[in-house]
Amino acid sequence: MSDPNSAYVSLSGVTKRFGDFTAVDSVSLDIRRGEIFCLLGGSGSGKTTLLRMLAGFDTPSAGTIRIDGADMSAIPPYERPVNMMFQSYALFPHMSVEKNVAFGLEQEGERREQIRRKVGEILELVKMSGFGTRKPHQLSGGQRQRVALARALVKRPKLLLLDEPLAALDRKLREHTQFELLNIQQRLGVTFIVVTHDQEEAMTLGTRLGVMNHGRIVQVGSPADIYESPATRFVADFIGSVNMFEGQVRGGTDGAGAYIESAELGCTLRAERCERLTAGATVWTAIRPERINIGRQPPAQSGGSAENAVRGTVREIAYMGDMSIYLVQLASGRMLRVTLPNITRGAERALARGESVWLSWHGSSPVVLTE
Amino acid sequence: MRLSARTGRRLVAGIPILWLLVLFLIPFVIVFRISIADVRLAIPPYTPLVSWHHGAGHLELHWDAYQFLFTDPLYVSSYLYSLKVAAVSTLCCLALGYPMAYAIARAGPGTRPLLLMLIVLPFWTSFLLRVYAWIGLLNNNGVINNVLLYLGVIRQPLALMQTDFAVYIGIVYSYLPFMILPLYANLEKHDLALLEAAADLGARPWRAFLAVTLPQSLPGIFAGALLVFIPAVGEYVIPTLLGRPDQLMIGRVLSDEFFENRDWPVASAVAIVMLALLVVPILLLQRLERRQLGAQ
Repeated sequence: MSDPNSAYVSLSGVTKRFGDFTAVDSVSLDIRRGEIFCLLGGSGSGKTTLLRMLAGFDTPSAGTIRIDGADMSAIPPYERPVNMMFQSYALFPHMSVEKNVAFGLEQEGERREQIRRKVGEILELVKMSGFGTRKPHQLSGGQRQRVALARALVKRPKLLLLDEPLAALDRKLREHTQFELLNIQQRLGVTFIVVTHDQEEAMTLGTRLGVMNHGRIVQVGSPADIYESPATRFVADFIGSVNMFEGQVRGGTDGAGAYIESAELGCTLRAERCERLTAGATVWTAIRPERINIGRQPPAQSGGSAENAVRGTVREIAYMGDMSIYLVQLASGRMLRVTLPNITRGAERALARGESVWLSWHGSSPVVLTE
Repeated sequence: MRLSARTGRRLVAGIPILWLLVLFLIPFVIVFRISIADVRLAIPPYTPLVSWHHGAGHLELHWDAYQFLFTDPLYVSSYLYSLKVAAVSTLCCLALGYPMAYAIARAGPGTRPLLLMLIVLPFWTSFLLRVYAWIGLLNNNGVINNVLLYLGVIRQPLALMQTDFAVYIGIVYSYLPFMILPLYANLEKHDLALLEAAADLGARPWRAFLAVTLPQSLPGIFAGALLVFIPAVGEYVIPTLLGRPDQLMIGRVLSDEFFENRDWPVASAVAIVMLALLVVPILLLQRLERRQLGAQ
């Protein structure tokens, strides 16, 4: 066994051009053995093209892909140590569930009893024993998804590629399936590379995420890294919701952090956690809606100085059950999104529309972004 | 509203039924009725169904025509030869047509309409003219022999005309589009992700074709095979113009009985037996196809 932390899949400078269009733009990336790596991005971000290159369906225009140290450039899909679960599942419609799952083993020329045993085992793992003789069209969406997973896992690949594995399932089933996927991944110790446009799916599944935009990897990190410390405005905006303000850096950075003046916000922003900023530079400050306090009284620690505290008027309230979303309008006209968990049942005097409120946040909450 | 919808539905279902009744079932009954009559020198040249003797009607049923078909070896050998020619032609059309249909289905969206038009283009010229043109190509003094003689490949002209080979050329050439078009319609609908899935699971392209594409294209193969086989069995023009004078196909036999011998009952019996011979493979293929469709 080699070092478990070594890169199992290694991409360097991988580029894919379709005519004038660059779908994937010099992506370099290391994926560790046994991890669940989620490629997250909108449509057209190049995430699916990247996955297809890993599977061997597309060949890179430049760069190299190594899997377990071996260069994959000249290796056709049917010789790669990789299996893929397709977004459409791509189950063979004319074959039974058993036949579908056995297909990969049959290509290896395995003995018949051996195939039957392995198919039985994997169908049990995905809880589809007893459906072996059905045809795909006789299954529900969730059942098809399981069969597709079983078919992709039956050859015990070291690396499994999953293209939007949960996209075709309804919400309840998705959550359930997500945890089941995690369970199976841990039991079999397979490395997963998951492509998804759904940030929630990426956050719950992935040990690490790679956020893609315009064919490039914008940021790689753990779900918490990406959510708490987004590297760019795109990432901050793409993952979760965020309030973003343009502003200018005032003075330098002192011990208490950087001071940013924002006309949109109408108060001085103090950001404790940020890199060295040049005075006068234009920056963007992102604050997550759940990091903002909302109240009728001015916050105590602000002491009258207009720092990290601002007045506004409640314009909209959306009751979501577990939390409420408040849209608060500032003096500049900008809307701010604030979410508050509904901790007590029937709070004594809930905020009402049109009420004047104070918004405040801790100095560690704002994220200062320069690009 | 509901009433008109129901009458509308009846009308839609009724038109094809009426069509089949008037243009297929009634003519079939007439032909069958002639096949069980006897020849006579009159107009029409067969005995009536009911004859009157002493004021009493007698049903006139004669099975002589059918008996005759199985006593004279001419008919049996013509049937067998027709079935053989049709079967071989269908296989040739499939062997040629499948790769062509596959290539068209996989061609770019820009070239696909052009390729399809090239397949249909021969229909713009009369069928008869196109078969005549083959005479000019295959003749002892024709284009093919002249070119080969000129190139020095052969010294004596090849006897291409009036051979089985010429009949196959004519039939395959004429019926190839009927094989290609249903196959194309089927292959074009295939989900290419299935081939990728097969490759991903370790199937080389040829195995993936056999395991995924071929079984899914069976309905197209059946449709194409029927469209070639059925008219090929009864083919009259091509074997008459290009074929052997010593071995007739059943279509020619039928026409000779009808026009040369004026033996309508035998001609009708030939037609009825031919129909029976065709219905069997059609039913078999349809059952296979239904099983195939049920699987999808």
